[in-house]
Amino acid sequence: MSEKKFSKKHEWVSLEGDIATIGITKHATEMLGDIVFVEVPDAGKSIEKEGQAAVVESTKAASDVYSPISGEVTEGNKAIADDPSSVNADPEGASWFFKLKIKDKGELDSLMSKDEYDKFCKENPS
Amino acid sequence: MGVQKTALYDLHKSLGAKFVPFAGYEMPIQYKDGIVKEHISTRTHAGFFDVSHMGQFFLEGDETLVEALEKIIPSDLKSLKVNHSKYSFLLNDNGGIIDDLIITKTNKGFCIILNAACKENDIKHISQFLGQNHKYLLNNDLSLIALQGPKSVEILEKLIPGVSELKFMTGNNFSYDSESLYVTRSGYTGEDGFEISISNKKVNNLIDFLIKNGVKPIGLGARDTLRLEAGLCLYGHDLNEKINPVEANLKWAIAKKRKESGGFNGWGKIKNLLTNGSEKIRVGIKPEGKVIARENTKIFSSNSEEIGFVTSGTFGPSVNAPVAMGYIKSQFSEIGTLIKLEIRGKMYGGKISELPFYKKSYVK
Repeated sequence: MSEKKFSKKHEWVSLEGDIATIGITKHATEMLGDIVFVEVPDAGKSIEKEGQAAVVESTKAASDVYSPISGEVTEGNKAIADDPSSVNADPEGASWFFKLKIKDKGELDSLMSKDEYDKFCKENPS
Repeated sequence: MGVQKTALYDLHKSLGAKFVPFAGYEMPIQYKDGIVKEHISTRTHAGFFDVSHMGQFFLEGDETLVEALEKIIPSDLKSLKVNHSKYSFLLNDNGGIIDDLIITKTNKGFCIILNAACKENDIKHISQFLGQNHKYLLNNDLSLIALQGPKSVEILEKLIPGVSELKFMTGNNFSYDSESLYVTRSGYTGEDGFEISISNKKVNNLIDFLIKNGVKPIGLGARDTLRLEAGLCLYGHDLNEKINPVEANLKWAIAKKRKESGGFNGWGKIKNLLTNGSEKIRVGIKPEGKVIARENTKIFSSNSEEIGFVTSGTFGPSVNAPVAMGYIKSQFSEIGTLIKLEIRGKMYGGKISELPFYKKSYVK
């Protein structure tokens, strides 16, 4: 798998061949607090870059999860929908949100590296 | 008026609180553990809540004070014994709820605990009904600490001997740290516990003791999940000036004697609703699966007729499922009635549920 890339909306993406795995970052889960509901997209759904792809709700509020890149969903992670708290436990590992067959690898270039993302979070605390 | 802080602000900060603006105050929404852990530790052990933003309103006067208050509060205040408390409300001319409150009979009159967001307006409203021989004071020199959970009694008894003798919804004066303070056995979480009215100067000492005895700080986030599981209303969400006690399913809080004799604001309307029922009523709602029906979610019947809306909704950590409350047309209010909830444009199933979602363990 490729190194993870990160979006300003706190999603991560990693690529294997032309299949991208997408989830939300540890920083995002820390801001959200206890996650109690997750909705992931079904296979076959087409999603545009920065389009709404999934929903995550904490005890505090509901948030949309956007796709950092365009493509067709090949799988939504049903395990996190069954156990939303697992997203808090391992957001950047087992608790990925969905996989996409990507359209354009070039879209990855606009995303941040781990170092750039960490810096972005420090500069934009919320 | 700028943003206000309670006497415990610095302590909250040192405990890792995340703050939110609430009713003009900077209040902790959660601490380091987060809402779910705070909720569970209150249910299984004990937690403390800084509720000093709520109004502690003291009234003094003779029997004419009782008569004045009974015009706006539908409790049987004439029969209320000293150190006994009742849950009630301030009513407007239409029987609408201006605020919900706890009123306690004191030696000289009454103490009323008012919601933070409502207290200024409440006092304007109450004072219109008072005479020249009635004195009143919103005491900002006092903090209010709720200690809630099954271990509360054992812990507080060590510090303030005698509190374990209190029954639910009664209180008394105790001495602590060479000062007098007032403790009631009450709360708003569905657990046994106490509310402690203590001077701003001494409150930090009390909290130090609680923390040393393993009591966790609990923020507004868990206060909300706890009260919702307990089926208790939050003013400004589940209650407002356009909703009356019958619609709010709170007619139990109108004293039996007052239901018969009336004489309070909105009595004509409320009497009619007590006899004939109201068009809409507050109910508990359990959404299907894990989906959360938040405030303003529209409710539909199984025939897709719009029948109401959600006023509070969250995930209930002790129920381990989403829980909600809302208002629906009364003919759909029977427990078990299947409904539909419109969330993010999609329809989800749900049903009318008994309240509370979580059974309480008050000491009576």
